Amino acid sequence: MQFGIFTVGDVTPDPTTGRAPTEAERIKAMVAIALKAEEAGLDVFATGEHHNPPFVPSSPTTMLGYVAARTENLILSTSTTLITTNDPVKIAEDFAMLQHLADGRVDLMMGRGNTGPVYPWFGQDIRQGINLAIENYALLRRLWREDVVDWEGKFRTPLQGFTSTPRPLDGVPPFVWHGSIRSPEIAEQAAYYGDGFFHNNIFWPADHTKRMVELYRTRFAHYGHGTPEQAIVGLGGQVFMRKNSQDAVREFRPYFDNAPVYGHGPSLEEFTDQTPLTVGTPEQVIEKTLSFRSYAGDYQRQLFLVDHAGLPLKTVLEQIDMLGEEVVPVLRKEFAVGRPADVPEAPTHRSLLAAAQEDAQQDAQEESAA
Amino acid sequence: MKLVVVSAGLSVPSSTRLLADRLTTAVARQAEVDVEVVELRDLAVEIAHNFTNGFAGRALAAAQDAVAGADGLIVVTPVFSASYSGLFKSFFDVLDKEALVGKPVLIAATGGTARHSLVLEHALRPLFAHLRAVVVPTGVYAASEDWGEEGLPGRIERAAGELAGLMAGLRAAAPGREAEPLVVPFEEQLARLGAQAR
Repeated sequence: MQFGIFTVGDVTPDPTTGRAPTEAERIKAMVAIALKAEEAGLDVFATGEHHNPPFVPSSPTTMLGYVAARTENLILSTSTTLITTNDPVKIAEDFAMLQHLADGRVDLMMGRGNTGPVYPWFGQDIRQGINLAIENYALLRRLWREDVVDWEGKFRTPLQGFTSTPRPLDGVPPFVWHGSIRSPEIAEQAAYYGDGFFHNNIFWPADHTKRMVELYRTRFAHYGHGTPEQAIVGLGGQVFMRKNSQDAVREFRPYFDNAPVYGHGPSLEEFTDQTPLTVGTPEQVIEKTLSFRSYAGDYQRQLFLVDHAGLPLKTVLEQIDMLGEEVVPVLRKEFAVGRPADVPEAPTHRSLLAAAQEDAQQDAQEESAA
Repeated sequence: MKLVVVSAGLSVPSSTRLLADRLTTAVARQAEVDVEVVELRDLAVEIAHNFTNGFAGRALAAAQDAVAGADGLIVVTPVFSASYSGLFKSFFDVLDKEALVGKPVLIAATGGTARHSLVLEHALRPLFAHLRAVVVPTGVYAASEDWGEEGLPGRIERAAGELAGLMAGLRAAAPGREAEPLVVPFEEQLARLGAQAR
């Protein structure tokens, strides 16, 4: 099972000091968080993509390319890559380039983005959100899998004899996750292709996440990719830890109360009761995270949000250290208990390459036998 | 049949709840119903939180499930600023937009003066028409001066009779709702776009 960090990349004033980081500070902080994730023994760093203030990460592959050069093992991913407003041709090129630079330590998560005004900035229309996600992704898959593509669709200019360069590393396209909070169409899309499905999980009660994951698993099996239990599921989580539970609550409360999205709403206590947010000791985080399995089944990837709402970098790095030292080692051990042997790990470049080579060998054997 | 009563009265006891109870009793005389009362006052904080964080707390979710599973509704609001109360509207704002489709709804309101009685026709009826509910022809408005006057009991009986009739009739006419598929199969979505699936 993979564990990691996902970041939104918001520039939010620290509510305890009133000071907001500069864009430069926030961008460098995101890099520091990624490097710390590798140092702490986590598996994945994923960055959001946004094109409006107060967010900074508009160019994920630039950032991930830089992180790739400074890490050895970390898988670089996104949360999410906007399949609606980005040109699929540019996504195909950017992430293939990143694959080569990072020696294959790359996957990505597709998302639609729900900020209406962003669409026209990129020549698109939010009313076509789902259709854009479907058509653009169908094209993206072909660009990675076919050397020469002739294509015509509704939303971009046709392609004739087009080759997206560089070709994917070793001819193996990056693994793709589809992130969605509430659109069954996206769970269906992920299931259709046998791709991964990621539920952000953090703002909603468990039964909602459960329904979406169940739908994806059922449809994954329907499309013949394996049993429902073998579908590739990722979940978000949100934690704040201190050695002592009361200290965690006291320190995190001002950040919670003023956080974008849910701030000025329910109390910290109500929110931790009803959603996956955990504010407390590492043991409490372990207990809560292990409980995700009861409604999502055995799953492949757990990403934690630790750096939003204006938390200072120093605090965030402490959180990642605690994840690496006290939480993730226990989670690895506990999640392995009772996990059926036929539930796969999340695909990586290495596993996808091995599978592709096996397929090629089989084909060759069948041909020589015939 | 299941009858759900939504009352937006704020004081305890409230004349809004009193009107709701009288309507409920009248319906129960004319039809066999299981009654569940949803007091919006008790859900006010969860309704507000539903706006800020996008999901319903436990009590609100239970109330929403009750409404979605009802064969008919009685909804009663006090008149605030020439309309339904904000709390009353907010409950329906955070309800699933399909929850009331085809359901018979008896609309009722209370106010300090009879001058607001058309609130039923100008505010409540359009709201429930928008939600595609079947609003019973008689709405019941009770001003302070109506309590104990002639007229109100007759309107209550008439409205209750209409609701009971619609509940029984619509239930008999409904062929048992088929579970809608959760999702359009992906091939269909692709086909609509004419995209090449590969």
